[in-house]
Amino acid sequence: MISLSGKVAVVTGGTRGIGRAIADTLAAHGAALIVNGRQGGEALDRAVHEIAAEHSVPVVGVAGDIGLAETSAEIARQAFARFKRLDIFVNNAGVLMDSLIGMIPPESVDRTIDINVKGVIYGTQAAVRLMQRGGGGSIINLASIIGRFGNEGQLVYGASKAAVIGATLSAAKELAARNIRVNAIAPGFIETDMVRQLPEDKYQQRMASIAMKRIGTPTDVAHAALFFASDLSSYVTGQVLGVDGGMLV
Amino acid sequence: MSEDVTDNSVEERVGKVFKETLNLDPAQYGDSLVYNEVEGWDSVGHMMVVAALEQEFDCMLEMDDILDMSSYRKAVAIIRRYSE
Repeated sequence: MISLSGKVAVVTGGTRGIGRAIADTLAAHGAALIVNGRQGGEALDRAVHEIAAEHSVPVVGVAGDIGLAETSAEIARQAFARFKRLDIFVNNAGVLMDSLIGMIPPESVDRTIDINVKGVIYGTQAAVRLMQRGGGGSIINLASIIGRFGNEGQLVYGASKAAVIGATLSAAKELAARNIRVNAIAPGFIETDMVRQLPEDKYQQRMASIAMKRIGTPTDVAHAALFFASDLSSYVTGQVLGVDGGMLV
Repeated sequence: MSEDVTDNSVEERVGKVFKETLNLDPAQYGDSLVYNEVEGWDSVGHMMVVAALEQEFDCMLEMDDILDMSSYRKAVAIIRRYSE
């Protein structure tokens, strides 16, 4: 059994979707958690209580927009104040706004870059100091198959997720000597709220492109995160792991 | 660890961190112990000093303070705030 007992993990955007599945999976393996949600309020409170009750681990909620440096700083402060340590930081929070080239509003460019790219940079920066005090750690960034191979209608999203991969590779090199590993997960087509909004024909088109002929689940992605969070991956850094069932885009 | 937080002891402990982390003795360098102007205190050394100071004083420095810590004197002044 993989044990994360005694470890402290952060999951940004951890109240629903893939982030929630990762939070549940890490908690199920014994990690204490800090869960971040952009809006806070009832959704964050509910997630915190549900995870704590189900897995009997301490769970702290930190509300805030991860595109702002202050939110990551507050997460690190909470980790220090409550647990005095930080071992795992999952940069999961992300947004997806499809637009065809020529029709992309500048606001959606800013928003996507703020959350998907700046959020990862700020999160990484906030995580490192506490991790190195504890002798090391694991940073896990959620990229996307779109950041590796691109897709029509996803110029901005693809750019942002490619940036996540670049940030992962650079941070892995800089932090290896401090025993902090940095890896990325590149999910394919995963059953989340984002996907449920797709029109039926688009949905079927995506399904047809998956070699394993099924949509991925948030838990499929969470298991990859568990691998990177645990000592099973103790000699793995700077990698991008596709969790996509053999999808072609 | 933080039972004695008088000014002298703070300065002494900050000095000890510089000596042990960067092999730079504040008593020897005094006011000329400035970031990037002495061998060893470069950006990598700076992050090591920050980590060692946080460990010594059981605190977490704010980003602005880390960037502002450009001399030994400033380091002492900043750490005093965290020791109050």
